[in-house]
Amino acid sequence: MSVLVYIEHSKGHFKKTAFEAVTYASKIAQQMGTECIALVLGASDHLSDLGNYGANKILNCSASIFSNFDSQVYSNSIAKVANDNGANLIILANSSNGKTLAGRLSVKLKAGSISGANKLPTISGNSMIVSKSVFSGKGVANYEIKSAIKIISLMGNSIKPEQVANNATVESIVIPTATPKITVKSVKTEEGTVPLPEAELVVSAGRGMKGPENWGIIEDLASAMGATTACSRPVADAHWRPHHEHVGQTGVAIRPNLYIAIGISGAIQHLAGVNNSKTIVVINKDPEAPFFKAADYGVCGDLFEIVPRLTQAIKDFKQSH
Amino acid sequence: MNFLVCISKTPDTTAKISFSSDLKTFNSAGVQYILNPYDEWYALVKAIELKEQLGGNVTICNVGPLDNEQIIRKGLAIGADDAVRIDCEPLSSMQVAFQIAQYAKSKSFDMILLGKETIDYNGSEVGAMLAEYLDLPFVSYGSKLDMNGNVATIERDIEGGTEVLEVATPFVVSAAKGMAEQRIPNMRGIMMAKSKALEVVAPAPFEDLAVVDHYDLPKEKSSVKMIDPENMQELVRLLHEEAKAI
Repeated sequence: MSVLVYIEHSKGHFKKTAFEAVTYASKIAQQMGTECIALVLGASDHLSDLGNYGANKILNCSASIFSNFDSQVYSNSIAKVANDNGANLIILANSSNGKTLAGRLSVKLKAGSISGANKLPTISGNSMIVSKSVFSGKGVANYEIKSAIKIISLMGNSIKPEQVANNATVESIVIPTATPKITVKSVKTEEGTVPLPEAELVVSAGRGMKGPENWGIIEDLASAMGATTACSRPVADAHWRPHHEHVGQTGVAIRPNLYIAIGISGAIQHLAGVNNSKTIVVINKDPEAPFFKAADYGVCGDLFEIVPRLTQAIKDFKQSH
Repeated sequence: MNFLVCISKTPDTTAKISFSSDLKTFNSAGVQYILNPYDEWYALVKAIELKEQLGGNVTICNVGPLDNEQIIRKGLAIGADDAVRIDCEPLSSMQVAFQIAQYAKSKSFDMILLGKETIDYNGSEVGAMLAEYLDLPFVSYGSKLDMNGNVATIERDIEGGTEVLEVATPFVVSAAKGMAEQRIPNMRGIMMAKSKALEVVAPAPFEDLAVVDHYDLPKEKSSVKMIDPENMQELVRLLHEEAKAI
């Protein structure tokens, strides 16, 4: 018996979602009275860091084949490690690759799988209840996973990484692999910013900005806060901002600790992607904007005056804390 | 090339969501259903675009009861050639993937397309499961796809950026925004859809491994606290002391 947590990395570096997944897996392993094994595919110099979050054992296959994401090669490898280690629960991050692997693994291992879990499961005997947000945040579905092997992919920002005493062992393993059918040609990601699904603080703006040339005040606020910038659909469609910044139903779904919506009216399709945020601040000149109903804090007025004022207040706060 | 497009029926985004008093089932009465936007706007239209460019046939597949024929006909009106409905209630991602795989195994499709997720349960799992049942490569979140012979160059969305890859047919791909331009069915399409073939097949036996035990309504949000626009120090104070967000 064991809990296996599959860890994603970017050129050997772990992101916050990796530590969230280990913390989540380790807490469940403790409850089940079993060990938490972390698996890293591809080379990394930071393997033992995973022990800081509760992994008992860290397995690593550093073969260069894993620098190319092919879900068949990856899922075959994870399934083999799961079988070799008697894993009865596999945890993955609910990322673009994590969800793909969860689906493949569930068929391969005849394991019930729930993607997008938002808290620790309830365990009683061999049954496990896992909850996730559904219907654009208008409901919560609680699933029972009945199979002997279970798979959960964890929504970002659902658990805080917790540091513990590091007792982990690191072990190199060899996994036989087949030739990949997918060849990755290039990977382009924004450097220096936290990707939206992982961001704790998000500053987002919409059509109320009137044009892309006015985004300076949004970037100033985001940079003062250490936040990631986002935008609404019309803004991305008009190419005022890059496509990957678009949050909402057809864009990225996020659940940061703080979401600041500036000049966004709050159409249901937008709310669907952001209404799991822990705290929502809405800045809008229209007191009837539907977004105010979904907000924790609202500021009604001219955003071109309010945003620079907020940026200054954040800077003052940071200086005194 | 032969294309299979998997489509789902979902409640409209604006639908009011409620559950039975014992919280065991979703109340579907009075709910407006639509063809899942990712399946319609991106996966189906992309298949039609490719067929127009390369020739071939576009088949729609849906797992669902008789009622679902309304959304299947809409897909045919947009431009699919024929359709198949697997006659059972869709209960889980795995069951849906299994049923489609049983059907697809008996045919030879070059490309299987579906939306990146449904907008109700956002599981995003059917594509990967289907690919695994069929032992095919799977590319998720495709936002651009070009064919060159039997090799596709696909751009896919990843966290904070894009990945470009190549894969030869046959494969499964899930479609995100950018993959194609939405098409509205015209009157001719709607008339022609009525006479297109819609095959109904019986489901294969399947035992589910993960099922909904019960639903909950989300916690009521307390009402919004309005802050004086002149006093952003107050907002920062609340975000720090009350919300503990900064």
